Amino acid sequence: MRGWTLQRTTDARAPAPGLATRINGAMRRVPVWTVYVLGALPALWLFAQAATNTLGIDPVREIEHRLGELGLQFIVGGLAITPLRRIVGVNLLRFRRAIGLIAFFYVLAHLAAWLVLDMGLLWRQVAADIWKRPYITMGMAGFLMLLPLALTSNNWSIRKLGGLRWRWLHKLAYPAALAGAVHYLWLVKAWPVEPFLYLGVIVALLLVRAWFAGGGMSRG
Amino acid sequence: RLSYTPSAYSTDEAPNTFEEISGYNNFYEFGTAKEDPRNNSRAFKPDPWAVQIDGLVERPGSYDLADILGGVALEERIYRLRCVEAWSMVVPWIGFQLSALLDRVGVQPGAKYVAFETVTRPEEMPGQRRAILDWPYREGLRIDEAMHPLTILATGLYGEALPNQNGAPIRLVVPWKYGFKSIKSIVRISLTEGEPPATWKQMQGSEYGFYANVNPEVDHPRWSQASERRVGAGLFAGRVPTQMFNGYADEVAGLYAGMDLAKDY
Repeated sequence: MRGWTLQRTTDARAPAPGLATRINGAMRRVPVWTVYVLGALPALWLFAQAATNTLGIDPVREIEHRLGELGLQFIVGGLAITPLRRIVGVNLLRFRRAIGLIAFFYVLAHLAAWLVLDMGLLWRQVAADIWKRPYITMGMAGFLMLLPLALTSNNWSIRKLGGLRWRWLHKLAYPAALAGAVHYLWLVKAWPVEPFLYLGVIVALLLVRAWFAGGGMSRG
Repeated sequence: RLSYTPSAYSTDEAPNTFEEISGYNNFYEFGTAKEDPRNNSRAFKPDPWAVQIDGLVERPGSYDLADILGGVALEERIYRLRCVEAWSMVVPWIGFQLSALLDRVGVQPGAKYVAFETVTRPEEMPGQRRAILDWPYREGLRIDEAMHPLTILATGLYGEALPNQNGAPIRLVVPWKYGFKSIKSIVRISLTEGEPPATWKQMQGSEYGFYANVNPEVDHPRWSQASERRVGAGLFAGRVPTQMFNGYADEVAGLYAGMDLAKDY
């Protein structure tokens, strides 16, 4: 990654450097905890709706699907940070850990909703489903890939692992994102639009990354 | 309000509410989300309505719905409904046995299957504006399944005419099969010699068979059919075991004697 974390955003190729610089200036004053607060709002909203029984006719499915979709949305958000910085020059790197951790917590909550509300803790069926159902296998694989990332999303782990190894480990975010999108696509009947959108956006973000990593845009 | 008599074929399980039954539907003609059929079916006009009955019948023709209903006595049939997606409900249908209609039009001896078709009206059914399925929706039954007393054509729900989103004005209900067999808003019934096309089978034959009998031992390739979630049971209700033939084994198991239900799924 050529030590890009140390570079100033003004060095990045930015079609509108003026605006990007102003956004970066403003974002520098935003404390990271606001991201955690904003990230928790959809969960609080969902909880309030569940408590007041306003989640529609099948609240179990609604809770499960919304948590999964929120997980995917924050994963997309996390994956968008580097391309955003490289292409537009907006630097949100400070918020990436928070976004990643929020994504993980939504995926964890999605998994818990499946286990408790949907499967009713029928462990034998749960085990059989994880083993035999490709879309569930894929979802579990995605979760297991996110787990070490969440556990090492702290400064102590970065020091302990060393920057290079830590960054290598955190490339697991890419296959995890793909697993999440395929998991969604694999469970639907027929071919509705949304799962394709998630998969398409994730693949596009990964391609942008691969293009930069391959030196697709030479830097001055 | 419809007038009808109760039926010995009804389950004594508590039915789902009208709101649940009419607000949570798979009817892709109106969209793929469960709420789409209720939200997108207001412009649908189930009146006037006629059903084309043709193929191997003695008296083919276009039968007006009023004409069809003039010849039958309506019953309330409270049936379990098991969706292939592993959720279920209990529904108080109002309808009459399909066999009554087939007897009236006269089934020719060579007829072995009954084919059904849903109406095609993309102007009233926004889901049909996309080729998400191969419209019109088609389904079929073997003749003995069609003549079985549990098999009904429903025209009502909770004592009222069928809501648009539930397949107004007339739909099939085959309670021992997955819900997708129970085709909605029927405009054509054909008696045939060969097995008729079925939309989901044509789309994904490895997942959706012609028989589609509810069977906890034969899984959908992508998910288990061993248990189901009863819609409306509450957040922490968990799952209930799925019953063979959706609990109608005593009545219908004989239809499939000698068949390998893992092969003819």
